[in-house]
Amino acid sequence: MMLPYRTIVVLLLCALLTTGCGTGYTWGWFVVSPWTAKGQTNLQFLMSGLGWTLALAICAITVSVITGLLVSLLSLSSTRLLKWAGRIYVECFRSIPMLVMVLWVYYGLPVVMGIDLGIFASGVLAIALCDSAFEAEIFRAGIQSIDRGQHEAAESIGLPWLDKMRFVILPQAIRRILPPLGNQFVYMLKTSSLVSIIGLPELTRKANELVVTEPRPLEIYTFLILEYLVLIVIVSMGVRYLERRMGVSDRRPS
Amino acid sequence: MSSSPLIVQIESVSKFYGSFQALRNVSLSVRAGEKVVICGPSGSGKSTLIRCVNRLERHESGRITVDGVEINDEAGSLAKVRSEVGMVFQSFNLFPHLSVLDNLTLGPMRVRKLSRAEAEQTAMHYLERVRIPEQARKYPGQLSGGQQQRVAIARSLCMKPKLMLFDEPTSALDPEMINEVLDVMEKLALEGMTMLVVTHEMGFARRVADTMVFMDRGEMVETAAPATFFSNPRTERCQLFLKQILTH
Repeated sequence: MMLPYRTIVVLLLCALLTTGCGTGYTWGWFVVSPWTAKGQTNLQFLMSGLGWTLALAICAITVSVITGLLVSLLSLSSTRLLKWAGRIYVECFRSIPMLVMVLWVYYGLPVVMGIDLGIFASGVLAIALCDSAFEAEIFRAGIQSIDRGQHEAAESIGLPWLDKMRFVILPQAIRRILPPLGNQFVYMLKTSSLVSIIGLPELTRKANELVVTEPRPLEIYTFLILEYLVLIVIVSMGVRYLERRMGVSDRRPS
Repeated sequence: MSSSPLIVQIESVSKFYGSFQALRNVSLSVRAGEKVVICGPSGSGKSTLIRCVNRLERHESGRITVDGVEINDEAGSLAKVRSEVGMVFQSFNLFPHLSVLDNLTLGPMRVRKLSRAEAEQTAMHYLERVRIPEQARKYPGQLSGGQQQRVAIARSLCMKPKLMLFDEPTSALDPEMINEVLDVMEKLALEGMTMLVVTHEMGFARRVADTMVFMDRGEMVETAAPATFFSNPRTERCQLFLKQILTH
């Protein structure tokens, strides 16, 4: 278990840096001190955004992975029309800045199409749409990396296309793209902070709100960073666990 | 044998890769139980020909029928043909993420709709026939090349095919493993399987083939019974090829 060890080192370094050695700044950690009543209230307030951050990230990742997979299959289609549909989707959505997308879905969709999704669904949709373009390219790379012989073997035992993808091609492709997929999960967890701008009370929004009443922004934002760090370390460990578990059976034929 | 039904009929088939003509007007029929061995120099179109039979390659002109079904782009007939035709590849192409047993049961369960128990029973039966039942729980990467190819043969047999295609099945193997694969193929031939084999193993061809086919530059140059083929090849190209391959 390499990761927790490394994490502890990082956390210790952070702690050292923030004790203010060598600078004129005097830290006021009392705002988030777990030993005072005020600090406890603040901590509770900051961490109350955790549920929304997790819900947002999990929903967005789910939607994005499914959409990305479908779009990648379009891009790989031998039918020209479908292939183009896939390419255009990727080019459009990967060029829209995530923040602009969040604002556009939340403020724009109700005006343009009369669809008011509310804060949470808007956030999920915006992040998932932007990210799905990247997921699609990751899936495409993974699927294309599988040897043609695997397709031929699956076809020659008579497997229909869907079964071939489901049982032969995708299981192998997903093993190969786990590292970039994990990257993307981490990225989405972080970008969920952008949804604070339309008012979803997730971690970043909570920190922003607290800063208004507590004049210790540096301490509060540092604590926010630590919150994301812990979340992301957990995601990384999960991805590595999957890699190890799936890697066991993936011994390539010589 | 001449009265057995035709399993494969290839009629004036041509195929191009861009401007390169891989097959020129090839015709060949295979009767039930017949063993046809195709040989020829590399690039002669022999692999292309047998890959056309289960449409891993598409032919541009001519007709191919397998067990009465014409091979074309119609999805329904293609799936049917593919499930009736077994294919063994030079590079084995086992599914590396599945155990040997799962490699064998995937087709029967998804295509033939057998239950897992039935499929595993069939799988173990064929693993015993290729003499590696003890490897059922291993993954392909843990087996030797010869064992992998025998698993690949068993995987095709699990679909109970009417015809088996072999595309240079021993070319990727170390010399000491070639015989274990050829033995399995010979046994299969003795049991009456219809086989279309591309190989350079002329000893095997002599023992097993009913018909020898020599191809060169996309053409079927010579077709003969093995006795005549080896002792008295008609064409100069075939003579030269046999001389090279038999005296190396």
